[in-house]
Amino acid sequence: MVAPSGSALLPPPEPVQLIDPQGARAPEARAAGHAVPDAATLLAAHRALVRGRRFDRQATALVKQGRLAVYPSAHGQEAAEVGAVLALRATDWLFPTYRDSVALVTRGIDPVEVLTLLRGDWHCGYDPIAHRTGPQCTPLATQAPHAVGVAYAARARGEDTVVLAFLGDGATSEGDFHEAMNFAAVFQAPVVFFVQNNRYAISVPLARQTAAPSLAHKAVGYGVPGIGVDGNDVAAVLAVVGAAAERARTGGGPTLVEAHTYRMDAHTNADDASRYRSDEEVAAWRDRDPLDRITAHLRGAGLLDAALEAEIAAQAEADAADLRERLPAGPVPGGDELFAHVYASPTPQLRDQAERLRAEQAADELEDAR
Amino acid sequence: MSSVTVAQAINTALADALAEDPSVVVFGEDVGALGGVFRITDGLTGAYGEDRCFDTPLAESGIVGVAVGMAMNGLRPVVEMQFDAFAYPAFEQIASHVAKMRNRTRGAVTLPMVIRIPYAGGIGGVEHHCDSSESYYAHTPGLTVVTPATAEDAYSLLREAIASPDPVIFLEPKRLYWSRAEATLPAKTEPFGRAAVRRAGRDATLVAYGPSVPVAMQAAEAAVAEGWDLEVVDLRTLVPLDDATVMASVAKTGRAVVVAEAQGFASVASEVAARIAEQCFHVLEAPVRRVTGLDIPYPPPKLEHHHLPNVDRVLDAVATLQWEDA
Repeated sequence: MVAPSGSALLPPPEPVQLIDPQGARAPEARAAGHAVPDAATLLAAHRALVRGRRFDRQATALVKQGRLAVYPSAHGQEAAEVGAVLALRATDWLFPTYRDSVALVTRGIDPVEVLTLLRGDWHCGYDPIAHRTGPQCTPLATQAPHAVGVAYAARARGEDTVVLAFLGDGATSEGDFHEAMNFAAVFQAPVVFFVQNNRYAISVPLARQTAAPSLAHKAVGYGVPGIGVDGNDVAAVLAVVGAAAERARTGGGPTLVEAHTYRMDAHTNADDASRYRSDEEVAAWRDRDPLDRITAHLRGAGLLDAALEAEIAAQAEADAADLRERLPAGPVPGGDELFAHVYASPTPQLRDQAERLRAEQAADELEDAR
Repeated sequence: MSSVTVAQAINTALADALAEDPSVVVFGEDVGALGGVFRITDGLTGAYGEDRCFDTPLAESGIVGVAVGMAMNGLRPVVEMQFDAFAYPAFEQIASHVAKMRNRTRGAVTLPMVIRIPYAGGIGGVEHHCDSSESYYAHTPGLTVVTPATAEDAYSLLREAIASPDPVIFLEPKRLYWSRAEATLPAKTEPFGRAAVRRAGRDATLVAYGPSVPVAMQAAEAAVAEGWDLEVVDLRTLVPLDDATVMASVAKTGRAVVVAEAQGFASVASEVAARIAEQCFHVLEAPVRRVTGLDIPYPPPKLEHHHLPNVDRVLDAVATLQWEDA
């Protein structure tokens, strides 16, 4: 294989955009050769976006009610998360971060399971093997080498699996981002590195993370193609991630995709975004809302009428009600299971400690019963 | 029986695992054509191919992180960290993922992987090449921590580590790589979680592991001339720790000295000493003593003999065990 020249790896001058913020077709130059997905794909993405948005708003409400311990909202980033997930096959893997709950719901994981950790429980809530979805990762970029390893193992078995690693702009400053990109490139592992550049790492702006022309440009140094995409244009995300996945699937190696987007809410419910960004800046991004954009486009194309919109909204509302209903209230049951999964078989010392905790709990229950 | 070095035993264990289980892969820095800087992987790429034993970019966190993904997806990676102190870039992967994956997925994801780390001193190595880093790993729940002191244990414990459903930190005492013993490979010794009584004795117990086991054995032989009959217990696995064998020995002898090369503060030696004090208080004839490395950064080659526990220090400690009451 002849290695592509450095300039062939460079991202297009502007992020790929297929549908503009008003819902119209973007100028051909912005497409960089990508085509708008077909109507059925766009309608499925729209439905997932409505559902993802409603889920995110519901989770934000649940944290205010004290039913979740914390919730890092993806409000404003739903098109990036939905588009990336829907561009994958069920047999592909993905490695999400704590901000990617909308991606997990789109993947088909039960929202109650998705919110397990954020409710304050001790485990990720879902079976990563069954869903081919890593546990939501908190230490930044540390899931990226896992994605490379899963991809490597799949290819070693002759499978055509692709692995997508979710990352944020802040994560691109971490060493594991570099090491994972480099490993994937050297071993030509079928990985899509999907960076949601939402402009802030908690409070720190992008300019303090990098002096690179864009995050997509970082790919060139690894011998990997980099490409920017309008992360609020679900059609463009579907097309760009789909192309990167296809490239990986057919032996072309990894791609770095930078999705330009914006976190409309604070980092979490515990954060105060007004301390580091202006109302004007937030308002400008509100005009680029990802759901409004695809909705306007589908209406304009005659693919979405009032009845269908009402049906989709009603379904999302029913899903939210179901989440409210089924999300466990009350304390997380504790005790023995804290020791059950530290090792395949607990050490003698852990068995002793489990016994002591059981005795303490029994004494507490006796006390409560009095 | 033939004369076997610890290095040969580890090499043979890797070769046998590669031959028996197609999911085993060996990788790291310089482990391919070179056979590793200590030649532990010598010949493996030639015998089993570049898909089974291969070099990687020079990136320890990446090596361990990629191994996590491989282990999630059906492989059994055995990775080499070139030296103890070169493993530190991988510490976040080890502490946050390797150790916790089973727990944070409620048992759904297990990581059958081995991280081999040549460790400790005594080879005249310059800085960053001689750390005794076992306490970092032993302190981290979810890791199994193993350190052999004999060729047969090196073989058997490494095979058990590779077959384990859980991640294993396999600490190889560098200065024992070239020590020879009569051994038959493949060997099958006691499983994880069992300490071994290397020398039976009546008067006091020396607890040691890894590179300090030969020191304890030599001290026990030298002690005969002083009239002391010392028992030597080799821990073999630091996690799980075999309290039962240690306590049975101390219950018999009534005296204990813990010998370890690592700096003593907040160390495995301290943990063992504390456990003996807690569990054997009523049978102890004297306070438990520790003979450890000094609480300093590992000294330069010409001065390392000041740092390392030796026979004299062990015997000095034994001498303080209140024999006047005996």
